[in-house]
Amino acid sequence: MEALAISLVNAVPLLGGVPLWAVTLLLMVVVAVVILVFALTFEGVGSLVLRKVAGDIQARIGPNRVGPNGMLQFLADGVKLVLKEDIIPANADRLLFKLAPYFVFVGSFAAFVVVPFGVGLIAADLNIGIYYVMAVTSLVVIGVLLAGWASNNKWALLGGMRAAAQIVSYEIPVGMALIPAVLIAGSLSLQDIVRSQGGLLGIFGWNLFHNPFTFFSFFLYFTAAQAETNQTPFDLPEAESELVSGYNVEYSGIRFGLFFLAEFGDMFIVAALATACFLGGWNVPFFNAGTLPWIWGNLLSLGVFLGKAFTMVLIMMWVRWTLPRLRVDQLMRMSWKYLVPLTFVNLLGVSLWLLVFKGKGIPAMIASLLG
Amino acid sequence: MTIRTDALPTQEMTINMGPQHPSTHGVLRVILTTDGEVVTRAVPDVGYLHRGLEKIGERVTYAQYMPFTDRLDYLAAMNCNCAWAWTVEKLAKIEVPERAEFLRVIVCELNRISSHLIAFGSYTADMGAFTPFLYAIRERERVNDLFEMLCGSRLTYNYARVGGVSADAPPGFLEKSKEFLDYFEPKLDEYNNLISYNKIFVHRLANVAVIPAEEAVAYGLTGPNLRGSGVPFDLRKDEPYSVYPKFDFKVCVGTGERGTLGDCFDRYMVRINEMRESAKIVRQALAQIPDGPVLAKVPRLFKPPVGEAYFRSECPRGETGIYLISDGSVNPFRLKIRTGSFVTMNIFEKVTRGLMIADVVAVIGSFDIILPEIDR
Repeated sequence: MEALAISLVNAVPLLGGVPLWAVTLLLMVVVAVVILVFALTFEGVGSLVLRKVAGDIQARIGPNRVGPNGMLQFLADGVKLVLKEDIIPANADRLLFKLAPYFVFVGSFAAFVVVPFGVGLIAADLNIGIYYVMAVTSLVVIGVLLAGWASNNKWALLGGMRAAAQIVSYEIPVGMALIPAVLIAGSLSLQDIVRSQGGLLGIFGWNLFHNPFTFFSFFLYFTAAQAETNQTPFDLPEAESELVSGYNVEYSGIRFGLFFLAEFGDMFIVAALATACFLGGWNVPFFNAGTLPWIWGNLLSLGVFLGKAFTMVLIMMWVRWTLPRLRVDQLMRMSWKYLVPLTFVNLLGVSLWLLVFKGKGIPAMIASLLG
Repeated sequence: MTIRTDALPTQEMTINMGPQHPSTHGVLRVILTTDGEVVTRAVPDVGYLHRGLEKIGERVTYAQYMPFTDRLDYLAAMNCNCAWAWTVEKLAKIEVPERAEFLRVIVCELNRISSHLIAFGSYTADMGAFTPFLYAIRERERVNDLFEMLCGSRLTYNYARVGGVSADAPPGFLEKSKEFLDYFEPKLDEYNNLISYNKIFVHRLANVAVIPAEEAVAYGLTGPNLRGSGVPFDLRKDEPYSVYPKFDFKVCVGTGERGTLGDCFDRYMVRINEMRESAKIVRQALAQIPDGPVLAKVPRLFKPPVGEAYFRSECPRGETGIYLISDGSVNPFRLKIRTGSFVTMNIFEKVTRGLMIADVVAVIGSFDIILPEIDR
């Protein structure tokens, strides 16, 4: 960010008199606002698409009253959430009750910072990118647990406890399933991981096709990540038919809205990580977007990235409206008895592969065979 | 689940599940005592919907009571209507025209289909899959349309009369019923492909809340809940009434196909298969229905002879038995209704012990209880 600030100061002589830290701060705020706007727009549109997809799958129409064909439904929903009375139960722990939604929202929003949207479109290309995502998304569990506890409602408490157990359990397979991508790129930075999948192999440069273990790892990641972000069929913390609404049962108005937004934010983060780590990220097949002028290269790669990520989001919605929900003991068994050992074996497989074949994937080997 | 004695001291938690809860299928209140997620005791507390239907029966005439039977089980109002009509006819020994009996059987079986559709749909929704619920509603809508053609209403039909039915089938009704069956029967395979044999769904239901056959009999379970335990008892076969002996159909029983005999999955599958059998019955009835009047001559001021009668019929939620004492006046002297859901609640506490909270939801759904029938 500071480098960008220096180049900005050099490029625009008007800024000469302004101290460097101020320019940096200003840039940070601008970037944060841009990302926030993107996240909120995605979450709004995402909620609309979710309902439209649900309508389609369930043989009904879905929202169609607000705006043309219901396109503005999410604005109406948002306004409603903001205007609604904010109710805090009399016996709730007021401080924690108010604090909880922020933890959840910040946990999901902060992860957007390292999402590689395009060739140069990343808010902060941290050299510990993946690690950072894993760390900040863990904040969610604190928020959910706080919400469950502070509501002073037994259903909410059960939901909070379920969420804590679930997120902690699935953190491990999620991390282990992502490590193959890190091993191949030799870096934790998400930009490096995306770049490592470029080259002239087209879609066969993707980590998904690198070797059988990475192919497997993608599905392991996707399954575990669905569980970690409480998506159906793993939506036990907010199981409507069991726990009424789970940890957020006592929330109303914009505090509930924050939980709601965070859910969609998590959905996008999962899709974005899957795209970046396994599906080639913003790489345009058979083409190096970096050679284009800055603006066009970025726009093209942004389009490719969002296209892939939104496809993943749509698949998540499809799964959500198709599958029933697991029971809590089955959920835990799945994590500890199946996903954790599988991801470990898988990680071992990828490591051995990289060691034996000197880091080459199957498509690269075939390509070199064919000359 | 074993609980370590040297662990941190923990307390059992008492939770109110209901009377307002999305999966208690109405205003059922279950007092759960749980140790974490494990239910140590689940006591059903019924009575939130008590309207005194039996007492009301002593204050209104026999014909006037018909609309009240709609409210006995609003998802199977036709079956309750007919049960009442059959009871009064048994008491007063009234001969019913055959066409009326055929129409009754047709509407009863169509209503059984629509009731089982709701059972199927709400069960999958309880298990977290919301989509099949809307598919079930879509099909039920067509049954409602048929009934609207027949009697003008879509939920509380008030269709049967003492001595027959209120109106003959309007032109096109029988054809439309057949059209519905042609449309509906393939849908059952669709449901099975979509959800019944879904791995998660099967794992949620199989081996949960197993009720052995002798226990099911001992607790007085009836209907699909009893047949789910493998007991082939169906009043339409074992104590034939109306024109049921004329039809060829199978009594569906649980087979333990995905787990133990008598688990939630068996009870669920019995309902799915019963819809197919009901469709078969309706097809035969549509083919055999004779012409003729639909209402016997019953005096306007109807006074049955002094005496008593007990009539039981197979409703979607088990045996609905109506016990009626007449003192020769225009009102019944005493009326008692035995319903399937109410009797089923007896075994609830026993089968839910030691299950998880999510399983309690599965048990309630698998019993397919309906609250107006429990509380009356």
